[in-house]
Order: sequence, then structure tokens, then C-alpha cells
Amino acid sequence: MKTLADIRINDISAVKNLNFTGSKKRRLIDLGIIPGTKIQPVFKSPSGNLTAYSIRKSIIAIRCEDAKNIIMS
Amino acid sequence: MKQKKKHKNEEITVALSGNPNVGKSTVFNALTHLKQHTGNWSGKTVETKGGRFTFKDKSFYIVDLPGTYSLLSDSKEEEIARNFLCFENPDTTVIVADATCLERNLNLVLQILEITDNAILCLNLIDEATKKGIKIDDKKLSEILNIPVVLTSALNKSGIDNLKKEIYKTSLKNNEKTYKVKYNELIENAISSVEGAINFTENKRFFALKLLDGEKSIINSVSNKLGFDILESENIMQVLSKEWNDLEKNGIKKSEICEICAKKIIKDAERIATDVITVKSENYNERDKKIDKILTSKKFGIPIMLFMLTIILYITVKGANYPSNLLFNFFDFLGIYIDKFLKIIHTPRILNDMLINGVYRTVSWVIAVMLPPMAIFFPLFTLFEDLGVLPRIAFNLDNVFKKASTCGKQCLTMCMGLGCNSVGVMGARIINSPRERLIAIITNSFVPCNGKFPTLIAISSIFIASFFAPKMQSIVSCISVLFIILLGVFVTLIVSKILSKTLLKGESSHFFLELPPYRKPKVFDIIYRSVFDRTLFVLSRACMITAPCAVIIWIFANTTIGSTSVLGYLCNFLNPIGTIMGIDGVILLAFILGIPANEIVLPIALMCYLSSSSLLEVPSLSEMSKILIANGWTVKTAICTMVFSLLHFPCSTTLLTIYKETKSLKWTFVSFILPTVIGFTLCTLINLIFCIF
Repeated sequence: MKTLADIRINDISAVKNLNFTGSKKRRLIDLGIIPGTKIQPVFKSPSGNLTAYSIRKSIIAIRCEDAKNIIMS
Repeated sequence: MKQKKKHKNEEITVALSGNPNVGKSTVFNALTHLKQHTGNWSGKTVETKGGRFTFKDKSFYIVDLPGTYSLLSDSKEEEIARNFLCFENPDTTVIVADATCLERNLNLVLQILEITDNAILCLNLIDEATKKGIKIDDKKLSEILNIPVVLTSALNKSGIDNLKKEIYKTSLKNNEKTYKVKYNELIENAISSVEGAINFTENKRFFALKLLDGEKSIINSVSNKLGFDILESENIMQVLSKEWNDLEKNGIKKSEICEICAKKIIKDAERIATDVITVKSENYNERDKKIDKILTSKKFGIPIMLFMLTIILYITVKGANYPSNLLFNFFDFLGIYIDKFLKIIHTPRILNDMLINGVYRTVSWVIAVMLPPMAIFFPLFTLFEDLGVLPRIAFNLDNVFKKASTCGKQCLTMCMGLGCNSVGVMGARIINSPRERLIAIITNSFVPCNGKFPTLIAISSIFIASFFAPKMQSIVSCISVLFIILLGVFVTLIVSKILSKTLLKGESSHFFLELPPYRKPKVFDIIYRSVFDRTLFVLSRACMITAPCAVIIWIFANTTIGSTSVLGYLCNFLNPIGTIMGIDGVILLAFILGIPANEIVLPIALMCYLSSSSLLEVPSLSEMSKILIANGWTVKTAICTMVFSLLHFPCSTTLLTIYKETKSLKWTFVSFILPTVIGFTLCTLINLIFCIF
């Protein structure tokens, strides 16, 4: 099962599923992350814990443990 | 929708909404000429601000709502925006969108169109979009959404007149039905049924939808407004239960409704965006990507940020010297004439003494020493804010804050605290989790604010830089201040961790941060406005706070009980505590009296030391060192004073803000006592170390 955390920098891939519930899930949907959305990792933080992703033409930073719950196709 | 025939004299309310960081406040400023500060990161406007403008024969009251990604409340600012749009019934809603990422912005647009038909879409940052080769067919967009679309570049004031025109037109007539997101047939049927049972508002579709998806906070807000719990209304509950059952039978669980609707809105936004946007090339943000790769890289990221902070401090220290000297000379000069004048009009000697030695000397010292660094630092800080650097700092430091059991957004509020603690406290509203918001508020005063910098710079210049060659002195001074700032950050992290394990237990909450594109700030505009604003602000504070303080101290110094002045008694009383801390009674008294404003601490201390002398001139920095040394100051005193300056109770403005934000005396008290105790302990430790070696 490939997750967002497994996608390499500059590779584009589409979301399959969101493994969250409640307000976290809604927050992701608000940012435009739904099944079918194309996401491209752009750069990582110095510690590697945060990665900045290009989503619908804006840059959003998501933590590693949250990226592990975004299932990609 | 509401009837719109307004009487001629009635003011028209306009709500200004939009995603965070789209230039909403710039649009607000352009419309109202209110010189408000805006920074380039998500979450800067955290309370509703109002302003006015007139167009033709009408007066408009415009409310700048906090930026929100959607209307499902997740943080306090989203709740504020949502409640205003739902319940305050503005005559027109202007939705400001970022033309460079319209697709995501359309999510909010479509949600707002579910609430109101009286809306205008303001496509801001259109110049940036053009530079990036992004073209938007605004006429087509206007047709699809059936609302006016205005192109603006608020920073250059272009398009603002058109916006005013459209606001005027839209406010005076009932707008036709706008684009409405249509959900699948099952949900649409459910909505129609529930609509039938609603009689408390005209906006039936929107509230039917919210009742169906069970959005608790909206239901609570409606219940509050109406005065009764909607969910207790039998009629409504009957219809809702039936619809929920029907949907469940068809495979849609009640808990899924909200998500299904949210996804449909995103899909619609995507479709509309593809229809109206054409991009020349997909690599339009290469420059930003390159800069970000360097700023966030493992090797260079944090060193570069430290370097940027050092540069700001260096420019502040070096740049303040020249105006300081000018002001010193000016006040010396002026002082002679004021003194002569007072003597000519036969002012009683006591009054003369109080006015010159007390008020004039202290106020002019504040203006000469404290004002230049403050007037330089603030614009520089603002420049970095407007560039968009702060979210990158939060991005780099999120890991550290996560280990402290909070989140990177606290880094943002901490940086705001460098400008002004009170602003940092208010800024904590961008933090969703109440626990983390409280931690951010309590620890905000651990970073030195604009008012503490002059004290730190002055003391480090006299006692630390003096050991070095004259050429090195500015750099040494600025590095000392840098160390103090880093100490403050360190203490912030440790205290946050401890608070997370004790008083405010919990783990780090989720964290999504938008990194907006770098924006070229209008450099001269910012510098001019900031210097001017700051100068006026500090000057007025000098008059309103320093002058009365100086009078009080002068009275204390010249009123004797027995053989000692009142001032002497106070200082002697505080001396034991001060000595344990490595400072003395005068300095401690100065900190206590300096609660109203941090920049008056050093002037008050100085005034106490000089209270017995009749020095007419305003002492310059070099003379000041002689005075301090004559009163027992050593390097140890300097270091302990600097540490206590960093770690002591917040100023009165901040304390008031903390109370307003937390509405709790308990936490305001904690915010007061915690830094003080930590400062006391640390100073005592330093004192101990100096005594041993």
C-alpha cells in the first residue's frame, strides 16, 4: 500500500483514500485533498519530519505521520 | 434573501472574506485607507476589523473577517468568519481570492454562495498571476457563478474603484440566484424535505444542509441566536430522523453526509477552475521553489535564518547610533533653553527641578535611546513578515516544537512576539487546539519584544562590547542580543514541554501549514509607514507613561521620611531580593514600575541613580556607563539584568490582552508569575556561578 510518505520528491501521484476521521479529515478536504487529487512533494524540512507538497497550485506542509495515512494510487 | 430596500441614511454592511493570505487586508486597507498592518502568512487577521468608505451617496461599513479555508469551523477564526456570514446578514459579501491559486479558493466561494446570493468575487494578486503566465477568463467565471467578478491588484490600488462600484451596485439590488452546488439526488431530496420544516430563517437550503450533516457548532450557534435548542424541536427532529433513515437505507450513513458534500464542492471547484484558467507553463513557481529548497535545506536552512536575524539586529544596533546621538545633542540644547525659560517666568525651584531633572531628562532619554532602535527594528521585522519568510521558519522548526508537544504554529506566534508580545498573544488564535493556544499565550513573553531590545542593546553595548575593540562593538552587542533571543526560544521550548506534561497535558495536534508564494513587499511604503507609525507610537507612550512615572519617582526621591527618602526606603526594601538575583534594589524597582511599558525600565533605574544629583544634561551612553559603574554595576549585574529583562512578568498591555483572550484570571496569573519565577531562578543561578568563580 503506497502512502504519500513514500512518494519521492517531484514525483506526481493521485490520492486514493484518506485514512482519517473527524476534523482532521475535514481539514484535509478543505485544503482540496480528496480521492483523485494529484499531489507532488516539493521539498522537505531540515529534520525530514515535514514535507511541502504542491496541491492544486498551492504549497501545503504536511507531517510525516499524517502523510502515512494518505493512501496513494 | 433579505429585502434590500435600504433607507438613504442607513449604512450598508459589507463582509470581506476569503482564504488566508490572499491579500484580504490589503483590499481592506485600499478600500478604507485604514493603515493596518498585514503580514504574509496564513492567519494574520485574527479578529474582525471594521472600517468605512463612501461611494456616491452611500456609506459602507466593511468588516475584515479572518481568513478561512472553508466554513466548517475548526479553529476560532473560522468560527468567527462563519458566524458573521451566517448570522449577521451582511448586505454584500466580497470574497477575495488569490488569482494564482483560484481552484482552491473556489471552495470557499462555492460554500459562501450556499449562504448568500449577494456576493462579489474579487480576484486579487492579478499582477502576480500575469507574471506567472496564469490567465483567468473572468467574464466566463462571472457567467458560471452569476456574480460580479472584479480583478484587483490591491497593493497597487488597481481595480479598487471597480470594486467599490460593484459593491455599490450589488448592495442596492437583489441579486439573482447564483451558482449552487448540486449534490446527488438522494441528498438533494433530503434537503428539500428538511427545508420544508424550517421556519426560522429564509436561508432554508443552507441550514437544511447543516442540520442534515449534523454540524454541531453551527447548530449550537443557531440555537443560541434563536434562544432554544433546535434539536429539541419535534417537527424538525421528525423530518431529520426520517431523512437519515432513508439515506442510510440507500447506503449513505449520517456521518458521511458532510464528507460527501465537501468532496462535491471541491470537485465542482475543480471543474470550474479548469474551465476558466489557462496556464502558459506548469513551471511558473520555479523561483519560489529554488529559494525554498535553500531556506529549508538540511545544511543551510537554520543557519540562514539565524543569519537573517543577526543582520536585522546588526542594522538595528548600528543604525540607531546616529539618530541617537543627534537626539542627545538636540535635547541637551533644548534643555538649556527650557531651563532658562522656567527661570525667567520665576518657576518655583522645586517645580523647576522636578520638571527638568525629573520629567524632561527621563522623557528625552527614552526618546533618544529607546526610540531609534524601536523605529528601526519594527520596519525590518515587518519587511520579513511581508516577504513571507515566517511560515518557512515555522516549517523548519516544527520538529523542535513537536518534541515540545506543541506545533509549529507556535513558532509563528513566537516570532510575532518579537515585534510585540501583545500581538503574539492575539495571534495565538491561529492555533486550533485550545491547549496549545494556551501554551503559546503563556510562553509568548519569553521572547524579547520591541520594547526590550533597546534595554538589551544599551546594556550589552556598555558592559560587554566595551571589552572589545571599537570596530567590533556593534557586532558584539548584536550577538549578545542574539544569545538572549536564543535563550528565550530555548526557555519557550522547555516550558512548553513541561506545561504539556503537567498543567496542560496533551500531545501535539495535527498541523497543516500553507507556505504562500513569496511576495515582493513595497519596501519604501513599509519602511515609511512603519517608521512613522512606530515613532509616533513610542513618542506618545513616552509622554503618557514615562512622564507621569518620572513625576512619581521624583516625588519619591524628594520626599523624606525620617532621614531617608521614600525612594530610598523602597530601594532598600527590595535590595536583599535584588542582591540574591545578582542585581540591586533600584533595578528591581525599575522593573516593577516598568510594568506599563518595557522601554522605561532602564530610564527609571537611571533616574533613581541620579535622583540625588542635579545633573542637567541628558547623559549619553558613555556617561551612563560611568553612572552605572559608580552605583555598583559589574558584568554580572549586566548579565543578570539582561536575563531578567527577558524573563519577567509581561507588560500591562500584554496582561490585559491575555485576559481578554483567555477570559481566565487563573491563566493570566500563570502568565504573570511563571516568567518571573523562571527569571528569578535563572538570575540567582548566574549570580551563584559568578560568586563561585
